[in-house]
Amino acid sequence: MLNPNVKLNKKMFNESIEQIAIRRGFGEGLVIAGDEDKNVVGLCADLNESTKMNLFAEKYPERFVQIGVAEQNLAAVASGMAAMGKVPFISSYAMFSPGRNWEQIRTTVAYNNQPVKIIGSHAGVSVGPDGGTHQAIEDIAIMRVIPNMIVLSPCDSIEAKKATIAAAKIDKPVYIRLMREKTPVITTEETPFEIGKAEIYFAPPMEPQVGIVATGALVHKAILVAQKFAEKGVSVKVLNISSIRPLDFEAIISLAKESGAIVSVEEHQVVGGLGSAIAEVLVQNHPVPMELIGVHDQFGQSGTPNELIEHYNMGVSHIEKAVERVMKRKN
Amino acid sequence: MPQLTDEKIIWMEQKASEIRQSVIEMLVEAGSGHTAGPLGMADIFTVLYFHILKHDPTNPMWEDRDRLILSNGHICPVLYATMAHSGYFKLDELKTLRKFGSRLQGHPHREFLPFVETSSGPLGLGLSQTIGMCLADKMDNGKYSGKQFYCLMSDGELQEGNIWEAMMLAAKEKLQNLTVIIDRNSIQIEGFTEDIMPLEPLKEKWESFNWDVRTIDGHNFQEIVSAVGEAQAVFTKPSIIIANTIPGKGVSFMERNYKWHGKPPTKEEGEKALKELKGN
Repeated sequence: MLNPNVKLNKKMFNESIEQIAIRRGFGEGLVIAGDEDKNVVGLCADLNESTKMNLFAEKYPERFVQIGVAEQNLAAVASGMAAMGKVPFISSYAMFSPGRNWEQIRTTVAYNNQPVKIIGSHAGVSVGPDGGTHQAIEDIAIMRVIPNMIVLSPCDSIEAKKATIAAAKIDKPVYIRLMREKTPVITTEETPFEIGKAEIYFAPPMEPQVGIVATGALVHKAILVAQKFAEKGVSVKVLNISSIRPLDFEAIISLAKESGAIVSVEEHQVVGGLGSAIAEVLVQNHPVPMELIGVHDQFGQSGTPNELIEHYNMGVSHIEKAVERVMKRKN
Repeated sequence: MPQLTDEKIIWMEQKASEIRQSVIEMLVEAGSGHTAGPLGMADIFTVLYFHILKHDPTNPMWEDRDRLILSNGHICPVLYATMAHSGYFKLDELKTLRKFGSRLQGHPHREFLPFVETSSGPLGLGLSQTIGMCLADKMDNGKYSGKQFYCLMSDGELQEGNIWEAMMLAAKEKLQNLTVIIDRNSIQIEGFTEDIMPLEPLKEKWESFNWDVRTIDGHNFQEIVSAVGEAQAVFTKPSIIIANTIPGKGVSFMERNYKWHGKPPTKEEGEKALKELKGN
């Protein structure tokens, strides 16, 4: 019961589903954006290869600036370039950008309303062995509170490519969060992507009893959970939110009305991120019981991505239990 | 840049005095704002807007204009006053400083007043942005676009780490059409810079970062013009002019007193100050 209208990868439930890093999608998307618009420029804080900006830097060296390990400078320099008509993409790890340079972004990019695109790679705990200092699990919270800022969280490498191309075209500040690890490619080139629009990815024919609202690489797990429930005769719908700001209020409220219960899923603190954004919408329009999957008030640590996802209660079994809990709360 | 004649100097001295008077009037009207910095920088602003800058107040978005970025945005009263006196908007508008709905926000906002190149206020951000503008210009027009980029900073602001990141980048990229002017008035909010967080040896610091450094009297028009001219003739490095200034210059009871950094004159103090300024 994958939604046929959004043309997802038919191998969704195969073990052999393609696995490509979300950050790679950005790298490819930036080259395409650069091909299409000569004003697209790239700036990086000494992390070309791991943020995949190296692809752009190699093709367009005259349009690339190496800033070195100086993320505050990274953001403000980009703002200056935008003031002269460029479309700057800045990349680093999310913990450093927007982590370290949040105020530079707020003042020189958002307050100035300059179309700088901030790429925060290595978000979530699935960064893995580097450990907690490198695992950004607060970035959605700190970026979605800034006026003028668009916040995108692609679910796979193909969506990341589309998000990058869309970001280049829109004359506004944009933040895109990327992941380090290879994760399932769940969409296809034909899957729609639009800033501000959320899409139903999984929809059984019966009225849903629970709606899962998910973002990023965990959307795949949400779909696996929905499939498990479908096999038991319980209808669970999955909504992919790749545009956290602006948020598709209609889609969220509609899902809450249909299902009467919501589970949010994100590789991020449960405070301040997607779950909070959903709760804000529903509490003001159509309150329903909610369960929030994410990190519960802890920092990350070293481990394999899978170990960490499980340890921080964001795995398939945890999402399943959340669905069961929220169903009970409906009465 | 045209020659600086004696007549021009006399004319600019009068203009600088008028700008100082506007600064006092607008601060009294606003009831809040910064006094010492704007008075100290009035001479530099005068010579920039009336002699050095390639700009056109009747065509403020002229593509080929020089860019002036005020990094220490709190001294915006002197920026606004100079812009008004040079024709960007009516002098009348100066009395709206800091008021609700005014284009003249307490710290410059690019979306409210489109003539400023960027918003500012939080210290340490201007140099990075100026460098970004230079880099974009270089990408489009090569090394010799004909535009000059000026970044005005305060000395206290140099305590912000972001600036040192920017200093390294400007030198790396050899941005020869970038000129920084530091308002070296030796004061900041809590006292004298050398007591709060010493900046000396300042000239040597910038030189060691591969900048071309000049030190001048920030109230001497000829020195300002000569220093800018010399800086423009250096093609291998970005330039910085450390301009020694007297905070509160022009008003005897304000000069050299750090307490005037962040407060406006009262109506009575304003009247006294205007008397002195008009007397010159």
